[in-house]
Amino acid sequence: MLRYTLKRLLIAFITLWIIISITFLLMISVPGSPFNTDKTSNETVQANLEAHYNLDEPYFIQYVLYLKSIATFDFGPSIKQPNQTVNDLLGRGFPISFELGMITIVVAVISGITLGIFSALKHNGIIDYLAMGFAVLGISIPNFILATLLIQKLAVDYSIFPVATWASPSHMVLPVLALATGPMAIIARLTRSTMLEVLTQDYIKMARAKGLSPWKITIKHALRNALMPVVTIMGTLLAAILTGTFVIEQIFAIPGMGKYFVESINQRDYPVIMGTTVFYSAFLILMLFLVDIVYGLLDPRIKLHKKGGK
Amino acid sequence: MKADRDIEMNPASIPDEWFELKKKDDRDREGIARPSLSYWQDAWRRLRKNTMAMLGLLFLILLGVMAIFGPMMTPYEVNVQNLPNQYQPPSSEHWFGTDSAGRDVFTRTWYGARISLFVGLVAALIDVFIGIVYGGISGFKGGRTDNIMMRIIEILYGIPSLLVTILLLVVLGPSLFTIILALTITGWVGMARIVRGQVLQIKNYEFVLASQSFGGKSSRIIRKHLLPNTMGPIIVQMTLSVPTAIFAEAFLSFIGLGIQAPFASWGVMANDALGAILSGNWWTLFFPAFFISFTMFAFNVLGDGLQDALDPKLRK
Repeated sequence: MLRYTLKRLLIAFITLWIIISITFLLMISVPGSPFNTDKTSNETVQANLEAHYNLDEPYFIQYVLYLKSIATFDFGPSIKQPNQTVNDLLGRGFPISFELGMITIVVAVISGITLGIFSALKHNGIIDYLAMGFAVLGISIPNFILATLLIQKLAVDYSIFPVATWASPSHMVLPVLALATGPMAIIARLTRSTMLEVLTQDYIKMARAKGLSPWKITIKHALRNALMPVVTIMGTLLAAILTGTFVIEQIFAIPGMGKYFVESINQRDYPVIMGTTVFYSAFLILMLFLVDIVYGLLDPRIKLHKKGGK
Repeated sequence: MKADRDIEMNPASIPDEWFELKKKDDRDREGIARPSLSYWQDAWRRLRKNTMAMLGLLFLILLGVMAIFGPMMTPYEVNVQNLPNQYQPPSSEHWFGTDSAGRDVFTRTWYGARISLFVGLVAALIDVFIGIVYGGISGFKGGRTDNIMMRIIEILYGIPSLLVTILLLVVLGPSLFTIILALTITGWVGMARIVRGQVLQIKNYEFVLASQSFGGKSSRIIRKHLLPNTMGPIIVQMTLSVPTAIFAEAFLSFIGLGIQAPFASWGVMANDALGAILSGNWWTLFFPAFFISFTMFAFNVLGDGLQDALDPKLRK
């Protein structure tokens, strides 16, 4: 298990290093200087930027200093928002985005697994068809379209929920719904197909022969094994939800990191774009790493395999 | 006893009456009664029974036809603005209404179909190509090569693809070419994994060994045995990666990195329409949103259907 963990850690670091290098390469390959646009006429901003990125040094030195500043968690100043560093923006926006993302994940996992179990237990029944039809629709409708539909119907036409911002739980319902539907559908389909496979296994027949109640069989024997694939796709789903927050925060005017990020893209605020990309990548890579570790802990075969290999 | 031994020594001494004439119909018993179906005929036979998948296929065919001929059915140009004619609801003159600049939504929808389908299909095809080459080499060579190539995949797999796509587009500027480039630069990894897994499995089957023992060269084994047998999962993966690319393009349009005028993709149309929806001009958002969702839906159900149809294990 230790070897497995170390190997995963090494891969995570190489991935992160590649992303940091890509951001650096792109920064120096922007025609002219990315910091020298006519919109940044503010001279102090210009001076701050040049000092932070050491633009008078050769590329290699710049690269080393860039790596160093990222290692000390310093992403530099913003171009378009004077006296704001990328860290300020992250500090303000990220907690909100994190909250939105975590609520979404919890909602998606719980409802997705529940839907998947019921579909599998009522295989080819009416619940199964309805749930799977719903799931395919959920995968097919992009979250930003779902978000506008929800606003139109539930906020404007019937005024059940507030349209925008992030203040009370009732403000959270629509954005979470828009963001969670896609991942929920994916989880539901995956849970269903693995449940169906697991339910035909001999140990399920054995459990049934022992006289266990269907409820106990489902929870103790079937679900445990059916959840493994769900764990493996968690990393991908997290990435999808994270990029989803970019548009959802924009639509619902939630002052999270995603909104700042999209604004920085439209204003070509390069330090914010680069800083956010590196920060989000590091966050996602950390999550992927944790998912791998959890998977290693859950799947006894990984441990056995490593012992056999010694 | 003695007669038996004689027969063993000399088969010619078997008496004629021991033989029996075989009836004519008996000889046909071993014959194949039904015409044999090839893998693809069999898959098509099963796919045809899947109503949802066939509806998806029909929708996509109609969409393709409309993408080609749709713009010719109206007298309007895609990008000619006609401001007095702004926000006309759907009518016999403008079937899908007009948008904020007075442009005909019907015409723009089919132009959008061209762009979205083009981006989706080309991105998927490039993914398939790189995936087959990379995954094929990795799986076929095996051993050290495979190990190194798989480590590289593991590293690339951790890169959040949409973030890299955004970065690339910010620097290169959004255009049809750069969007496809940005989508494929990380998109092939999944395909390579699938091809590698398939090749690794199939190359250990007996028919490959048989071909090798007859002196079949590697190139022949790859062409005749490995590629045809990996085709099923590749097609399924491709069907499922087209909607991913279409979604990604719409998403990029939405955050301001979409295809620029004179082109109009569905994502660009939906993004333009966002402001309009609150003022009640639902049709400007409805049509692009409907076609994005239904195209993705059609590809998804078709992919699911193909997955079932192309899996030889499910053959009855």
